Amino acid sequence: MRSLHARWQILWSALRTLTGDDAYDRYVRHVHARHPGTPPLDRQAFYAAELDRRWEQVNRCC
Amino acid sequence: MANGKLMRAAGWTAIALAGASALGGIALHRGETINALWFVVAAVCTYLLGYRFYSGWIAARVCRLDATRATPAERLDNGRDFMPTHRSIVFGHHFAAIAGAGPLIGPTLAAQFGYLPGTLWLLVGAVLAGCVQDMLVLFCSTRRDGRSLAHLARDELGRFGASAATIGTLFIMIILMAVLALVVVKAMAHSPWSTSTVFATIPIAIVVGIYLRHVRPGRVMEATAIGVALLLGAVAAGGWVDSHPAVRAWFDLDARALAWFVIVYGLVAAILPVWLLLAPRDYLSTFIKLGVVFLLAIAICVLQPDVRMPAFTRFIDGTGPIFSGTLFPFLFITLACGAISGFHALVASGTTPKLIARETDVRMVGYGSMALESFVAIMALIAACVLDPGVYFAINTAAGVVGGDPVTATATITSWGFPVEPAQMEALAASMGEATLYGRTGGAPSLAVGMAHIFGSAFGEGLFAIWYHFAIMFEAIFILTVLDAGTRVGRFMVQDALGSLWAPLGRTSWYPSVWIASILVCAGWGYFLYIGVIDPNGGINILWPLFGMANQMLAAIALAVVTAIFVKSGRLRHAWVPGAPLAWLVTVTSVAAWQKIFSDDPRMGFFAAARDLADKLAAGMLSPERAAVAPKLIFNQQLDGWLTVVLLIIVWTIVIDMARGCWKHVSGRRPARDTEAPYVATQLS
Repeated sequence: MRSLHARWQILWSALRTLTGDDAYDRYVRHVHARHPGTPPLDRQAFYAAELDRRWEQVNRCC
Repeated sequence: MANGKLMRAAGWTAIALAGASALGGIALHRGETINALWFVVAAVCTYLLGYRFYSGWIAARVCRLDATRATPAERLDNGRDFMPTHRSIVFGHHFAAIAGAGPLIGPTLAAQFGYLPGTLWLLVGAVLAGCVQDMLVLFCSTRRDGRSLAHLARDELGRFGASAATIGTLFIMIILMAVLALVVVKAMAHSPWSTSTVFATIPIAIVVGIYLRHVRPGRVMEATAIGVALLLGAVAAGGWVDSHPAVRAWFDLDARALAWFVIVYGLVAAILPVWLLLAPRDYLSTFIKLGVVFLLAIAICVLQPDVRMPAFTRFIDGTGPIFSGTLFPFLFITLACGAISGFHALVASGTTPKLIARETDVRMVGYGSMALESFVAIMALIAACVLDPGVYFAINTAAGVVGGDPVTATATITSWGFPVEPAQMEALAASMGEATLYGRTGGAPSLAVGMAHIFGSAFGEGLFAIWYHFAIMFEAIFILTVLDAGTRVGRFMVQDALGSLWAPLGRTSWYPSVWIASILVCAGWGYFLYIGVIDPNGGINILWPLFGMANQMLAAIALAVVTAIFVKSGRLRHAWVPGAPLAWLVTVTSVAAWQKIFSDDPRMGFFAAARDLADKLAAGMLSPERAAVAPKLIFNQQLDGWLTVVLLIIVWTIVIDMARGCWKHVSGRRPARDTEAPYVATQLS
């Protein structure tokens, strides 16, 4: 049996991933793992770049 | 092992039996009312079976999805747009991108035929056409470095096909934005509560935007919690506005004023930086949208409301008051997005294929998201059909069709066989906190009444007015996002086109070019919006079929591209999988377009309507205020007629072009040219 706390942790991290709340953390982990040596963008710059990328194409439908 | 297999077979048999009996129950039921739970059971079982068997077969035998093949996300991984992502997250992003207002409004309007035609096509269309289109486009794009639909069209159909796809996309976006803007404007007109709530969403989005960009960058959940709390406060505050005569007057605006407001808003919002308004509002609308869909599903299961609409209404003969046209082809044109939507092909060949970590995820993301989207459409259909049919028609029929005063309107609707009383409408409007609900065309108010009815009964009586305005705010907030995002994307496309005429106009960050392109796009949809607002017949009657045809045409282009790819990539035997829905879409759009162009009935044909109005104007049969707008309406009907001609030509040229290319390939006169990216084995564990 998992403790209540552990279950909450799982739910919380799933929620963060689904909402994009942890996008920056995932990005940093990703850069460290796949592109070692490249310094990651800081939080604010990453957020700004993400938005530009996302909204320059069809991103929402009817 | 054998035991488990047997259990699974038994499980699927049970699902098939439950689905078949629910569908049979819905189709053969002839009582006064029918429980909405039947619809939920029939829908869920149909999607499960379609997903398990049809999409499973397509994945294994048609696409031959290969989990060992590295996807573009892995091969071209740059940590930004190309990035292997867990499939449930890709599913969430993809669903959030494809879920819009279309599947809410289309079924609401299509309920004029009764509940059965809409339900059947939403289920059959999604399982055999819509989900298949989304999955196959996603598959083709994933195998080709995540290329866009226009790029795929250029590779497979040549330069002409690509231009047609681009023009088609721009056209559908213009019409889409006009019709959605019209829906919001109609919902806000002379409704201070709705207007003040929708206005309040703008500063709320800006507050959230500043928080996300400068206070706590990227903390989406905190910012969303703040934003949602403020939005709920705004809905409640709208009630306060409504009860104070002095404040109320500020927000009591007519449709023309609101149309101008929305046009200027769309222009400004498309030019402002995304972080300030567009992105934060999109976060809020996405979470509210998902929350509402989830709540609605629970409420329908808890409350199990009765569907009061008959299975078929007399309007399948084409005389419907909400939109004209017979069941075939206009049911399919009207439902559009809930069953198959061409727009999805743009997302399935846009952001999504660049995130797919494993090729086999294509099935869940492409097929699964569309099944969920179709389920949203089923719930919208239920929300429309739980209303008394008389009330449904009173809300959705324009004053120009049934007469402006309550007594005439209710008498006309009652004479159709859908009894409704002025006192009933008055009590309903009062409980929803509105001055009147007559002639609130566009689908949003009737959906909001249906949702308020379901939510109010399931989660506490007496809050109808709050639920109603919450539902209006919910629809308005993501319609505004579409206007803003659509104008922006339209701007990039126009800038791209202008850039080929004069290079500086193509620079996306050069302000004069930004302004010119944005004004062009806003003028495009603003024109159709304005005409829709001044049209005494409600405007939806014209714009929605035009939108539906454009949307289905875009789906036909996407399926034509997929069919061409299938024929050329050794999948000729299975080319019917995209080919059959393609043939169906081409038939439906062609018949609909033909009727809209050549029909002599002024309620149906664009040119016939223009002639009819011109004759009446010349004979002096119109009232002064109608005569004043008549010349604009005549011009608009002719313009719509010519646009339909262009649509028809585009569809047929693409289909003929595709068929010619495939024939050359099959007959061996053109060598095979593989456009697929070469196989690379995946390194992901």
